[in-house]
Amino acid sequence: MRYVAATTAEEASALLAAETGLAKVLGGGTDILVQMRAGMVEPALLVDIKKIPGLREIKSEAGGFRIGAGVSGAELMRHSAFATTWPGALEGFNLIGSTQVQGRATMAGNLCNASPAGDAVPGLVAAGATVRIQGPKGQRDCPIEDVPVSPGKTSLAKGEFITSIFLPAKPARTGDAYLRFIPRTEMDIAVASAGVCLTFDASGTCTAARVALGAVAPTVIVAHDAAKTLIGTKVDAAALDALQAAATALARPISDKRGTADYRRETVGVLARRAAQIAKTRAGA
Amino acid sequence: MSTIHVSTTINGAPTDFVCEHDETLLDVLRNRIGLTGSKEGCSSGDCGACSVTVNGRLVCSCLVLGAEAQDAEVHTIEGMADGPTLHPLQKAFIEHAALQCGFCTPGILVAAEALLKEKPEPTDEEVRYWLAGNLCRCTGYDKIVRAVQAAAAEMRGV
Ligand SMILES: Cc1cc2nc3c(=O)[nH]c(=O)nc-3n(C[C@H](O)[C@H](O)[C@H](O)COP(=O)(O)OP(=O)(O)OC[C@H]3O[C@@H](n4cnc5c(N)ncnc54)[C@H](O)[C@@H]3O)c2cc1C
Ligand code: FES
Ligand code: FES
Repeated sequence: MRYVAATTAEEASALLAAETGLAKVLGGGTDILVQMRAGMVEPALLVDIKKIPGLREIKSEAGGFRIGAGVSGAELMRHSAFATTWPGALEGFNLIGSTQVQGRATMAGNLCNASPAGDAVPGLVAAGATVRIQGPKGQRDCPIEDVPVSPGKTSLAKGEFITSIFLPAKPARTGDAYLRFIPRTEMDIAVASAGVCLTFDASGTCTAARVALGAVAPTVIVAHDAAKTLIGTKVDAAALDALQAAATALARPISDKRGTADYRRETVGVLARRAAQIAKTRAGA
Repeated sequence: MSTIHVSTTINGAPTDFVCEHDETLLDVLRNRIGLTGSKEGCSSGDCGACSVTVNGRLVCSCLVLGAEAQDAEVHTIEGMADGPTLHPLQKAFIEHAALQCGFCTPGILVAAEALLKEKPEPTDEEVRYWLAGNLCRCTGYDKIVRAVQAAAAEMRGV
């Protein structure tokens, strides 16, 4: 294997594109170095993107935030403007691993590892985040939910990688939240999870909603039908009942050692309900 | 396989080493530099025995490549004591019997030092959360938390 620290995004993309063997990006390494050690992946080339200028920066842009693909959880949680604006998107990311893992883990790595249970993903989907992709032919942007296509696989073409994640300006009276369920209190993989982002008008009626469900399908579910149950309501008990039922109905989970499919369906509905209540409180509605 | 030449700073001392491209920083520290204080418990980021700081940030050195240390500042347990003078955390761990076999201790000390740099007066809960990625099979953690709090108090001068 060859390790190369790229100095520009163009160089990184060209290196990834030119490699005939398996070429992988090295973000924080908290997935890929474990997988390499276990012999699950054997890249011929590892391109470290963290030394590319700007990739470790958090910038304000168009009222939102552009987060470099190399920014770790430890760095993002200390950015107080981001933390107060998008607490839900941040809490999913910060649930990953320990203090040590947070020192390295990136959101782009969590997304591109493409685990159905990636904790950073539902919160970003709910917030309406997008990724910026550098490829051999230049840059393109796409919604977060279009990146993972199946467990361990992304839609990125050869030579493409994520340079930043963009969270848009947060509308007034908007709140977001992320909840996951794990059998332990720390350091475990989600059995089910939910990210919710809600916007209210001045009278306290919900005008926009995004709901994302994690660990209950091969990729994150953008639960439009669940979100719809809240729009036009005050997100009261009846609306929350409808949301819970819709989230449970949309889940397509598997059974494994962490939980049966039935258990996951039940759990994801409850998590969506509770996340919606937190999002409502955070929106000030 | 070809090797890579790396220039870095370890515990304040400019250091050069040559390593394999896929060699971890933990293996470099232990096998090439002779700094065997950082321990290998799992090599998968779960146990924290290999904790070091890189550019001030607490990480598992088993999940960092040696090659990534180019131009970085690495701090290990070997840099903690000032010559023969132990760090307040090291003294507190001895006084409070916060270790038995000692395998987890270097990682916990490095992690606790990073915590107290950022939060000189942590709550017990904050100590426990911060150290959640440092596993100890012997002590039951309680003495570790008490030792960290005693060292924190001493370092605050109370
Ligand atoms: C002890 C421990 C606990 C963990 N706990 C959790 C948890 O609770 N929840 C959870 O979701 N995860 C958990 N993880 C997994 C992991 O930490 C996260 O998925 C993390 O966000 C991965 O980010 P990274 O930067 O370290 O990725 P890397 O390991 O660097 O990369 C992961 C994958 O994404 C690719 N990649 C990385 N960056 C980019 C990019 N910019 N563009 C394109 N491709 C890219 C890599 O090539 C690789 O295939 C844990 C890991 C450990 C070791
Ligand atoms: S050896 Fe690195 S975390 Fe266990
Ligand atoms: S003292 Fe033995 S593992 Fe902690």
